[in-house]
Amino acid sequence: MKFATIFSYFALGIAFLVILVRVLKYARAPLSMRWELYPVPHEKGRAEYGGSYLEELDWWTKPRHSDMFNELREMFMEIILLKGVYHHNRKVWLFSFPFHFGMYLSIGWLVLLLGGGIMQKAGVAIGPEAGFWGVLLYYATPIIGYPGLALSAFGALGLFFWRMGNSEQRAFNTFAEYFNLVLVFVVTVATLIIQATADPAFGILRSFAASLVTFSAAPEMPAAMIWEIFLVALLIMYIPLSRMSHFVAKYFLYHSVRWNDEANEKGSAIEKHIIELLHEKMTWSASHVQATTWADLTKETKNE
Amino acid sequence: MSNGHLNVKDFGKKAEHLHDIKLEELPKLPYPYEDWVDPPMPPIPAAKLADKDVSLDGILNPVLPIPKTEAEKEALVAKFLVGLKKLLTKEDNWPFLKPFLLSLDNCVKCNTCADSCHVFEASGRADIYRPLFRSDILRRIIKKHITPGGKLTARFANNINLNWETVARLAQLAYRCNLCRRCAQTCPMGVDNGLITREIRKIFSQEMGIAPAELHGDGTIKQLKTGSSTGISPQALIDLLEFAEEDITDRTGLSVKIPVDKPNADILLIHNAGEFLSWPENIEAFAVLFELAGLNWTLASEMVAYDSVNYGLFYDDLQYVRVTVRHAEAARKLGVKKVVMGECGHAHKAAMAIGDRVWLAESNVPRESCLVTMEDIIMSGRVKYDPERNNFPVTLHDPCNVTRSMGIIEPQRRVMRKIAPKFREMTPHGVNNYCCGGGSGFAIMQSNNFPAWRNTISGRKKFSQILSAFTKEEIDSKNGLYACAPCSNCKGQIRDLITYYDAYERTKMQYGGLVELILNCMTDVKEGYIEWEEFH
Repeated sequence: MKFATIFSYFALGIAFLVILVRVLKYARAPLSMRWELYPVPHEKGRAEYGGSYLEELDWWTKPRHSDMFNELREMFMEIILLKGVYHHNRKVWLFSFPFHFGMYLSIGWLVLLLGGGIMQKAGVAIGPEAGFWGVLLYYATPIIGYPGLALSAFGALGLFFWRMGNSEQRAFNTFAEYFNLVLVFVVTVATLIIQATADPAFGILRSFAASLVTFSAAPEMPAAMIWEIFLVALLIMYIPLSRMSHFVAKYFLYHSVRWNDEANEKGSAIEKHIIELLHEKMTWSASHVQATTWADLTKETKNE
Repeated sequence: MSNGHLNVKDFGKKAEHLHDIKLEELPKLPYPYEDWVDPPMPPIPAAKLADKDVSLDGILNPVLPIPKTEAEKEALVAKFLVGLKKLLTKEDNWPFLKPFLLSLDNCVKCNTCADSCHVFEASGRADIYRPLFRSDILRRIIKKHITPGGKLTARFANNINLNWETVARLAQLAYRCNLCRRCAQTCPMGVDNGLITREIRKIFSQEMGIAPAELHGDGTIKQLKTGSSTGISPQALIDLLEFAEEDITDRTGLSVKIPVDKPNADILLIHNAGEFLSWPENIEAFAVLFELAGLNWTLASEMVAYDSVNYGLFYDDLQYVRVTVRHAEAARKLGVKKVVMGECGHAHKAAMAIGDRVWLAESNVPRESCLVTMEDIIMSGRVKYDPERNNFPVTLHDPCNVTRSMGIIEPQRRVMRKIAPKFREMTPHGVNNYCCGGGSGFAIMQSNNFPAWRNTISGRKKFSQILSAFTKEEIDSKNGLYACAPCSNCKGQIRDLITYYDAYERTKMQYGGLVELILNCMTDVKEGYIEWEEFH
C-alpha cells in the first residue's frame, strides 16, 4: 500500500511540475508579431464568414464589439466535440472523439473519487442509502467512470489501428504515437477489469483517494488494485511528458496566436512592450544584417 | 521508403532527386482541359546546373552552390545549426518565438494538413510536399542536435541524418510552400506549418545569406537601395506618373492630375510598384476613382514609400522591419490621416497585421485596405456606375493574406454584387480559399525551371477553381471570362497561369483587379476600360 501511496504522490508531483514548466514556457515567451488566422470567433457578427474589424472604414475610430459568448461556444465545440477534427478529418474523429471524451469523463471520475474521499473523511456517508450527496457520488462515480474508461480504450484502439492501417499515415508515425495509444489502452482496460471485479462501486479506490488527500494510511486492497493504481499514476505522470499534453500548447496557440487580433494603439502596453523588445541584441550573421539590435533596423531611416 | 512512401528519416539519403515529378500523376483539370497534357518540366542547362543542388525535386530556386570540399559542407551544416539555435532564442527571434515554439511542440501527426494543401494535392500527393513533412524534418533536427540527450534518443526513434544534402534540400523545400496557412486553418491543434516554413527560410537568409534572388538581392536589397524592387527610382516614378496621366486621358477621356507628396492629405495610397510597370491601368483606375469620388489623397515619392512591396514578409524578419519602418516613416512625415494599401495582399499583411507591432508611436499612422475604401465609395454613391457595362461572367479570387490572415472578406463582395451582375464565387472561397499558387514570393520567382513548377503544381488548383466557376456555355461562347484578383502577386500568377494553359486563346479568359472592374462600369468614364482584345 505504501508503494501505491508514494508512487501516486510522486506521479502527481511530476505531472504538476511538468505542466507548470510547459505553461510557464509559453506564458513567458515574448509578445510576438500579430499572426492571427481567421475566422476569429470573438468577431461579433463577422465570425461566421471569417470577417474582422479591418473590414470597417476608419476601423481605428470605431468601438470594438467582441462576442465572448461565441468564443466560449467555439471553445466548447473544439474542446468537447473536437469540431476541427470533425470537419477536416472525419475518419480520425470517429476514434479521436471517444478517446478525448472518454478522457474527460475519466478526469471527472478521478475528481468524483477525490471529492467522495474527502467527504467520506469529513464524515459524510457515501452509499445507496446515504443522504443526497452521498447517493449522488455513489452512483455518479461508476456512471461516469466506466463509460469514460471504456470510451478511452475504444478510442485508443481505434486510433492505433487507424495509424497502423493507413499506409500514408504509417510512414509518418513514430514509435511514440503507437506507444502512447497502447499505454492508454492497457491502463484503461486494466482499470476497467480490476475495478469491475475487485471494487465495482469504487469504495476502496475512494478511500485510497481520501488517504492521499488527508495524508493518512491507505486502505487494505487486493494486489491487483495496487497494480491498477500504479498504472493510472504512471499514465497521469506520462501524459505531460508526452505529446498527449498538447492541451497546454493548444490553449496558447488559440488564444495568444490564432485568435489574438488585439490592435496596437499609440501609448498602449503593447507598444511599450515592443519598444523594450526592440532593444534585444541580435546575433544573426548574414552579410546583410549589419545591426546589433532590432532597434538599429528601425533607426536606419531616421539617420538618412 | 516505407510502403511506397518517403520517410522523413530518408531526407538526407544520396539520390539524384529525392522526388521525381510524374506529370501523369497530377490531377486532371476540368472542362475544357480534360485532355490537357502538361509539357515536361524544362531541364536546367548542364552548364548552369554544374555546381547547383537540385536533388530535392529537380527544381531550382533558391540557388545553392554545392560546396567543393567536405570541410565546406560541414561548415555549412554547422552554420545551419547555429541559425536554428538562434531561432529558439528570445534575443534573435522574439517576433515569432511564441508561435514557432507552439507549432513545433504541438503536432500529433494526423496529416489533416495534407488534405488542405493545394501543393500536395496538385502534385499527385507527393510526400515531400506534405506540410507535415517539412516541419518534421526541422523537429527531428532540433530533437537530435539541440535537445540535450537528443543524439542518444535518436538512435531509437525520430532519427535524421543532418548532412549537406539535408540542408540543401531543406532550403529548396522551404520554397515549395506558398505560406498560405490553409493547413493551419484546418489543423485541429492549430499548428502552423506555414509559419514553420517561414522560420526555415529565415535561417537560410538571416544566418546563411541564402534566399531566392528575386526576394533578396533583386527584392528587399534593391528596394532599400533604389526605392523599389522594380528598380523604379523616385525620379522614374515621377516620369511614370506623367505617362499615367496621359494614358488616363486616352483610356477614360478624363483629365486627372495624380497628386504626389501632398502634405496632410487624408490618404496616402501605396501601390505595389509592379503595377507601375506591368499594370499601369490599375494605378490609373485608382487615380480616377479617388479623384471622381472627391477624396483628398496623395502618393509618396520618398524612397521605398511608393512601393508597398515588402518581401521580407516571406523570408527575413530584419528586411521586413527595415522596409515597413520606411513605409511608416513616410506616412508620418507627410502627415496623412491614414494609409490606404493598394491591391496587394502581402503588402496589406506586412503593413496592417504584422506591421501593427512595428508601426510605433508617432509613426503609428492608421492603415486601411483599399477594398474597404472602394466599398465606401461605391456604397455611398459618390461615383456613378452602370453594372450592365460589366455584363460578363466574373469570379473573385481571395488573396490569402487579405482574407485568411486579416479577415477582409465582405467589402470586395459587396462591391462585386453591386457592379458585376454575373459575379459568381469559386468553390471554396472567402476565408477558406485556395492560394493562387504564387504566394510567398513565387509569383515573381521567374528563374531557372521554377516557373514551370509554379504553373504546373502550385497554381494548378487555382486554375482548376477558376475554370470551374464558369459554365460550359460561357467558356464555349468565348465572349470573355474575368478572373478578378485584387492583389498584385496573385494577378501576376493568374496572368502566368492563363499564359501557360493558353486560356486566353482557348476560353478568352481575362484577368485584372477590382478597381479596373469598377472603372469599367463608371458612367463618367469612356466605355471599355477593360480591354478584351489584348492580353498582357
